Amino acid sequence: MLAGGQSLVPMLHMRLVRPVALVDIHRAADLDFIEFTPEGESVRIGAAVRHADLLRHPVLGARLPVLREAVAHVAHPAIRNRGTAVGSVCHADPAAEMPAVLALLDGEVEVLGAAGLYTVPADAFFLTYFTTVLPPEDVAVALRLPLPAPGTGQAFMEVARREGDFALVGAAACLRLDADGRVAEARLAFCGVGDTPVRAREVEAQLAGTVPSAAAWREAGAAAAAHLEPESDAHASAAYRREVAAYLAARVLEAAHRRAEGAFGADGRGGAAG
Amino acid sequence: MNPAVHPDETLYEVEVVVNGERHVRRVEARRTLADFLREELGLTGTHIGCEHGVCGACTVLLDGRAVRSCLVYAVQADGADVVTVEGVGGQLPRGRRVTLEDGREVVLNPLQEAFQEHHALQCGYCTPGFLISALELLRENPDPTEDEVRRALSGNLCRCTGYQNIVDAVLDAARRLRAAGGGPA
Ligand SMILES: Cc1cc2nc3c(=O)[nH]c(=O)nc-3n(C[C@H](O)[C@H](O)[C@H](O)COP(=O)(O)OP(=O)(O)OC[C@H]3O[C@@H](n4cnc5c(N)ncnc54)[C@H](O)[C@@H]3O)c2cc1C
Ligand code: FES
Ligand code: FES
Repeated sequence: MLAGGQSLVPMLHMRLVRPVALVDIHRAADLDFIEFTPEGESVRIGAAVRHADLLRHPVLGARLPVLREAVAHVAHPAIRNRGTAVGSVCHADPAAEMPAVLALLDGEVEVLGAAGLYTVPADAFFLTYFTTVLPPEDVAVALRLPLPAPGTGQAFMEVARREGDFALVGAAACLRLDADGRVAEARLAFCGVGDTPVRAREVEAQLAGTVPSAAAWREAGAAAAAHLEPESDAHASAAYRREVAAYLAARVLEAAHRRAEGAFGADGRGGAAG
Repeated sequence: MNPAVHPDETLYEVEVVVNGERHVRRVEARRTLADFLREELGLTGTHIGCEHGVCGACTVLLDGRAVRSCLVYAVQADGADVVTVEGVGGQLPRGRRVTLEDGREVVLNPLQEAFQEHHALQCGYCTPGFLISALELLRENPDPTEDEVRRALSGNLCRCTGYQNIVDAVLDAARRLRAAGGGPA
């Protein structure tokens, strides 16, 4: 399956894969859609939608800030003009930004197989490095990403060696506050620290109901990083990755909190802030 | 890369408009757009550095968007409009006329002028890709900050200049185009 070709063609050129045939889906016009569901609870992104289309969309960035921030970190402009969001998820590079966003939001992948359409939730989609549950003959037709409820703040940050490189570590957070300013729901996800995107579910549960503070974000970051099992490779050691993960987690939680407060303050009724 | 075509290889017809000129060729499915431009059309200004999307030397405009021509197959460009460095001159308002060493006269556009005056190239291997990436940036953002220029060019590698002169040239080209009124066409 050839989508934007921005991962597959390099792998072909390096002779890492030798398929007998390629099916090019990048011109499938009916897969080229960014569509808000009628009830407005989620957005569907078709398999022909490129990274650059997400950044250029007039309202998507404001409705789903974490997606905009994550996509801005994906590669370089000329790669974003070809590569697709769905292709990035199917490619399942554990350092990639889009799979972490899918995991953070508990999104779903809509797949077309011989028996028809089915959906796979994010936490069942990624198996290990560059490997998903998709059988080779099935096509992912869209991603479904839930939009934040009123009073939610979101943020994505990463550390990479150079602008546009894959993340050494990336972190994403979603924080919803209740009317008293306590944490109603927290979500935290990482890329670059395991063989798949990683959710910090224990820390998320511990944060629920707590009073926000800078110390709380630092403690949450440290606790989340302690659960991670990153690997050492040519780019960074495991210890460095864990340290960066703790730092980034605290930063994204803090940023998400600031935005969640802003969402309450600005118009008095809440809404997702960028 | 061996340009010789295996006798059993199926050929596909590809029709493209490159720098305003229509071309029709029959090529193998595996032929990249970069090789197609260089070997079929003789447009060797598009350079090939890495063939896996990292260096940016092969960047061209495909239907108005900067893309890596080493990561696009020629058959995927069927029906498309392509601009290579050979056509970059006509993508912006005309600037100064210069005489080349061999006596030919050419008209530079303000982006090319700025590259020349700021010494934004040494060996020139990376230059076609930088010009195309800069062109896309200036179209989308006629008044970029230095940081925005660096981000936009982050996918193009240069082993000679240390980048500062390239960034200066693009910022200066933006100023010239704004002063001339009406940015890139
Ligand atoms: C220099 C460079 C830097 C990069 N930096 C980053 C980065 O920082 N972060 C990042 O996330 N990515 C980065 N990328 C990768 C880029 O984002 C790719 O676009 C993305 O990983 C894959 O999307 P694609 O559409 O190009 O997929 P393709 O390359 O076409 O396909 C990738 C894989 O997914 C499968 N696939 C694609 N679409 C489908 C589908 N609809 N259904 C089933 N299977 C499918 C293909 O069969 C293939 O195995 C970089 C690439 C390059 C060349
Ligand atoms: S040759 Fe295409 S990016 Fe290097
Ligand atoms: S001028 Fe030599 S690589 Fe850039």
